[in-house]
Amino acid sequence: MSGAMLARLGKVWLGLILVFLYAPILVMAAMSFNASPYYQLPFEFTVEWYEKLSENRGILRAAARSVGIAMVTTVIATVLGTAASLALFRYEFRGKAVLRVLLFPPIAIPWLITGTAMLVFFFGIGLGRGTPAVIVGHVALALPYVIVVVTARLATFDPTLEEAARVLGAGGWTVTRRVTLPWIAPGIIAGALFAFAISFDQFVVSYFLSEPGDSTLPVVIYTAIRKGFTPEINAVSTLIIVVSMAVMLVAARFSNFGGER
Amino acid sequence: MARVSVEGIVKRYGTVAALDEVSLDFEDGGLFALLGPSGSGKTTLLRAIAGFVFPDQGRIRIGDQPVERVPVEKRDIGMMFQNYALFPNMSVADNVGFGLRVRKVGAAEERRRVGEALELVQLEGFGGRKPHELSGGQRQRVALARAIVTNPRVLLLDEPLSALDKALRVDMQFELRRIQREIGITTILVTHDQEEALTLSDRIGILRDGRLVQAGPPREVYNAPADLFAATFLGEANILPGGGTGIVVPEGVAPGAVLAVRPEAIAMTRTEPEGAGLSKCVGVLERRVFAGAMATCLVRREDGGEVKVVSRDQDIPEGLAEGDRLWLSWPVDKTLAIPPEG
Repeated sequence: MSGAMLARLGKVWLGLILVFLYAPILVMAAMSFNASPYYQLPFEFTVEWYEKLSENRGILRAAARSVGIAMVTTVIATVLGTAASLALFRYEFRGKAVLRVLLFPPIAIPWLITGTAMLVFFFGIGLGRGTPAVIVGHVALALPYVIVVVTARLATFDPTLEEAARVLGAGGWTVTRRVTLPWIAPGIIAGALFAFAISFDQFVVSYFLSEPGDSTLPVVIYTAIRKGFTPEINAVSTLIIVVSMAVMLVAARFSNFGGER
Repeated sequence: MARVSVEGIVKRYGTVAALDEVSLDFEDGGLFALLGPSGSGKTTLLRAIAGFVFPDQGRIRIGDQPVERVPVEKRDIGMMFQNYALFPNMSVADNVGFGLRVRKVGAAEERRRVGEALELVQLEGFGGRKPHELSGGQRQRVALARAIVTNPRVLLLDEPLSALDKALRVDMQFELRRIQREIGITTILVTHDQEEALTLSDRIGILRDGRLVQAGPPREVYNAPADLFAATFLGEANILPGGGTGIVVPEGVAPGAVLAVRPEAIAMTRTEPEGAGLSKCVGVLERRVFAGAMATCLVRREDGGEVKVVSRDQDIPEGLAEGDRLWLSWPVDKTLAIPPEG
């Protein structure tokens, strides 16, 4: 097979993958602008479902709560994750290697199991269900991602720079703020965006940990679908996708997935 | 400016002693070179003075202040790193001014002193550049300006010139010396390059396996090495095993001392040289290597053993070829008497 043909086949393959990934989303986005509530064609443009959505207090409240929880999660997970990455980078301590390895299993454990475990644990310690429990759960889910992304960036940092700053009279916090943080800032931003996306898109853990009637957007959408599908769901899903994709694209831009820009 | 002294410093890593009872005085305003092969402890000693390494035993004083337990940032020192360690996110002016900003001297004062420091290292007008826009030599000057702008008590240099190419390195050696004299700062330099140590410093200290072998002015150490290691590490030395006929043992040499002679002290002649106070021996020219102004010759002595001679090309007898028989001679006072080990 010639090289040119291979290249063309590659492009077709890539095209198919993109169709596979995006076709359902595009259909849903299109249907959120279709007048028929039953996906009937011909397509007739309307913003009726968005108008209805703007009057749906339940969904809007859930959306506001989701954004709020995601922001709180982002701040906590980013601060803790960055601090943990710096500690892993700077200090040698007993059990460091084990700790590093233990960061990864939570990424691989199914959320269903994590969620169940958290529910049992939070009831055990008296935290129970509710927004604080959801935030703690989300932070726990997001933390490993932040640490992985920030650590990847720290690997490109020259530790002599910290020594140079200390010789010049800078104390620990000044060194961190003026020398280390500016260098790893892209990693921190990427980690924060990952944390936001993980919290905002989270369903399983939120479903387990939130109180009925006081839940996050994905949980409210799920409940609404069980009661009966309305095109408003298409509308709100389209909005969520736009926000999530924007966040992930920015995150990818900053992190370059761990590589040097 | 201040005098620095270390007294009985010990630093162990596991069972290995990186520094083993090292005591040294660094004079106020002098330039001291710590010289030794890798693993000799010279860098550990520098980092102990800087405060990155805390010794297990011993005292370190800067001025009259004991500093063993003082953290790096409170020691008021300037340091230049091997890779310069310029802050990549800051301009040249911000790099140089970093120590002043930490000391909160104020913007006007900072600008003035950064300007002066950049002028001293001949980089006026470079303040707005970023480190990645500079050449290796320029980066080095920025690192030097940053290290001295705070008027530290001591300047520590960790292999400062090793990253530069040969021609630039020689220029920078003179430059470094000029600046050090101009501001009169006590300077301690770590290097594995003996030539650098000899050309730059007022005093040198030779380390080996964590111990100080010898310290003193370069000429003194060169002319009277304390042991065989010092004799061969600083410059080259022909060891004269068991003397031999014609080799005069200088007066007052301790029994068991090893005799040696530097390659450049030896003269080569076709006939037996005349005159008193000469050590002499006969040999056969084995190899002659031309190297610009100087030539290196290997001579096999008839008494046994090989002698290396470094000589100006015009001082070698006309037409001397490999295989020729010749006389080697040197003044008796050029014979090194190296004290026996232990």
